[in-house]
Amino acid sequence: MNRVEILKTYKIYIGGAFPRTESGRYYTPVNKTGEGIGNMCLSSRKDVRNAVTAARKAFGSWSERSAFNRGQIIYRIAEMLEGRKEQFILELQKQGSTKAEAEKEVILAIDRIVYYAGWCDKYNQVLSAVNPVSSSHFNFTTCESMGIVGVLAPQTTSLIGLVSLLIPAICSGNTAVLIASEKLPLCAITFAEVLNSSDVPGGVVNILTGNTEELLPVLASHMDVNALISESLGSLEIETAKAAVDNLKRKFTYNADWSSEKSQGLYYISDCLELKTTWHPIENIGGTTSSY
Amino acid sequence: MAKSTTKKQAPSWDYSPSLESTSHITILPRYELFINNEWVKPTSKKYFKTTNPATEEVLSEIAWANDKDVDLAVKAARKAYQDVWSKTTPKERSKYIYRIARLMQEQARELSVIETLDAGKPIREARDIDVPLACNHFFYYAGWADKLEYAFPNQPMEALGVAGQIIPWNFPLLMAAWKIAPALAAGNTVVLKPAETTSLTALKLAEIIKASGLPPGVVNIVTGHGDTGAAIVNHPDINKIAFTGSTNVGKIIQRAIAGTGKKATLELGGKSANIIFDDAPIDQAVEGIINGIFFNQGHVCCAGSRLFVQENIADLVIRKLKHRMDSLYLGNPLDKNTDIGAINSKEQLTTIEKYIKIGIAEGAEIYQSACELPSKGYFCRPTIFINVAQSSTISQEEIFGPVLSIQTFRTVDEVIQKANNSPYGLAAGVWTDKGSRIFNLTTKLRAGVIWANTYNKFDPTSPFGGYKESGFGREGGLHGLGAYLKMKV
Repeated sequence: MNRVEILKTYKIYIGGAFPRTESGRYYTPVNKTGEGIGNMCLSSRKDVRNAVTAARKAFGSWSERSAFNRGQIIYRIAEMLEGRKEQFILELQKQGSTKAEAEKEVILAIDRIVYYAGWCDKYNQVLSAVNPVSSSHFNFTTCESMGIVGVLAPQTTSLIGLVSLLIPAICSGNTAVLIASEKLPLCAITFAEVLNSSDVPGGVVNILTGNTEELLPVLASHMDVNALISESLGSLEIETAKAAVDNLKRKFTYNADWSSEKSQGLYYISDCLELKTTWHPIENIGGTTSSY
Repeated sequence: MAKSTTKKQAPSWDYSPSLESTSHITILPRYELFINNEWVKPTSKKYFKTTNPATEEVLSEIAWANDKDVDLAVKAARKAYQDVWSKTTPKERSKYIYRIARLMQEQARELSVIETLDAGKPIREARDIDVPLACNHFFYYAGWADKLEYAFPNQPMEALGVAGQIIPWNFPLLMAAWKIAPALAAGNTVVLKPAETTSLTALKLAEIIKASGLPPGVVNIVTGHGDTGAAIVNHPDINKIAFTGSTNVGKIIQRAIAGTGKKATLELGGKSANIIFDDAPIDQAVEGIINGIFFNQGHVCCAGSRLFVQENIADLVIRKLKHRMDSLYLGNPLDKNTDIGAINSKEQLTTIEKYIKIGIAEGAEIYQSACELPSKGYFCRPTIFINVAQSSTISQEEIFGPVLSIQTFRTVDEVIQKANNSPYGLAAGVWTDKGSRIFNLTTKLRAGVIWANTYNKFDPTSPFGGYKESGFGREGGLHGLGAYLKMKV
């Protein structure tokens, strides 16, 4: 007799926990042959707000961790993903990828996470400056985390697009609220399980599944979200850009082939950073110079 | 020139007037639009008057550009970008910018006096701060033009095209320099609109640009009111909007360009915290408070308009602050003794007075300098409010005038929370003798510029710009280049 398979319940990820959507609504994305691939939470406005609250709560301690420690934790995500490679490959196949494509996507995702893990304690050295002001001051500019980054995961991939936008945003101390690909949402929730077992503090990443047109305007207009990153939004672009204005959200769109090795780099990190310039007087008493 | 209107009640602080001469300056009775290195009459046929806010006398009349005029300027800038400027080598670009810097230095005195006449700011500030900083900004960015590949590691960059730039009235020439210098260094061409109350020094800069031999159309200056600015923002052939001004207008601009692909930098309002701990050098801190809020009549986006004093020294600091306020000279901006000049416009004076009334109505205790106000012109006494609540209008909203709201605090955590509890995040000041505390504060205050034991310092090499609703993008320094470049794909 064939064994009855245990089907996975996909829930959402908020504040380090896996609740169901508060709305009690679900949807069933289908594969190319029209078969349902899973019951997904059809998240609501309230879920977005709860996720933002969790992200704000996590921001202070995450952004103040040492860069080294953040690097360790991001690297740990890669370790966990490596250990669960097979699960992601199967899940990608379930969503329409061939086995070869799925393997390639998972391996690239792991390597990309390791790549950004390494940037954690380096981007600030590369992007900062000591500024030679004319007055007697020590003046320097350094990068700081921006706050909460809203991420709309790329729609055409289930895993690699999400990793390519999310990891550079959090490696610099931001926290994130991510809306998964509407049609390919499975890996987003399984990736949340990876995050949850990788020492990433609860609330640093929050992942919702559901209808983009319903959730994106809520995230884009939320007054406590500092930045919004996505691919180009097509017909939603103007409306979303306008919604982002009320708190002067920083908004960035990226169009790249996420399956390319080249679609990664320092400048995916730098967009979601603020620059802080600090002035400090230098005492200037007496005539002694440093020449000898 | 009129006699000095500087008046001061405290008898021990009287000085003889020391007026800067206006004999060496030229202000034409009428200014046209500067397009393609030519002075062009506006198709609108309209002109508006610019006045000296300290005397209410008309200085000149200025062309008021409409949509068509802006379109002409943008076409000139586009043509100059395509045919000339994008083909000019970085080395030659650099040398043009150096030339502009030198010519500005040579005319520094004239620029300072005109700035003071048109904007109402004290000659001491125009002469020692605005104009030298403006010149130095061109000097700084001139040298970047042929070194851009060193600024963005491993990332080739290219110019954006035509930059539309809209600047405010508080630092008219300096803001023009902040906008034009990096735009040119990065290889863009420019359409700049000065504020309607302070067009004159931008037009003098146009004369300098023409004299420098910069190719026609690379910099175009169109004067006018808000509708002129809107025409720039909405012009389809502009690639970049750089705006300095209020947060409200910044949001209007950001909505207007939503989805157009225009790149933007917005340098907007602030309500910056100036924090004094009990171990601070008190006399220096008091000078810092004065400079923080009364510099340029408080018309400073990063003004230290919220003062936080540690509770155990509040009485002492406020007593010393009042004493220092009483020795401030308010009056004729051309007088070299003057500390506080004229409010930039009648409209702004009305706004400031409205906030002072609100402050009183909401129950805060007011103190104003004991100086007399000149009978003519727009002036406002240096004003502080004591016992202000965190929720008070005057501690939440930007006033953009010489009005300080004072609150007290007990602990480090308390003052960090209070200081960060604002939609703005432009600047902050911290006064303490303890180095470790400075770095605790400077890393936790959510603002783009932090001054430790100093305030309101600026330099071309030092990036300036805000967090949160104070805008985005940086001006000045290496980081200011990014505003005028895009990644080469």
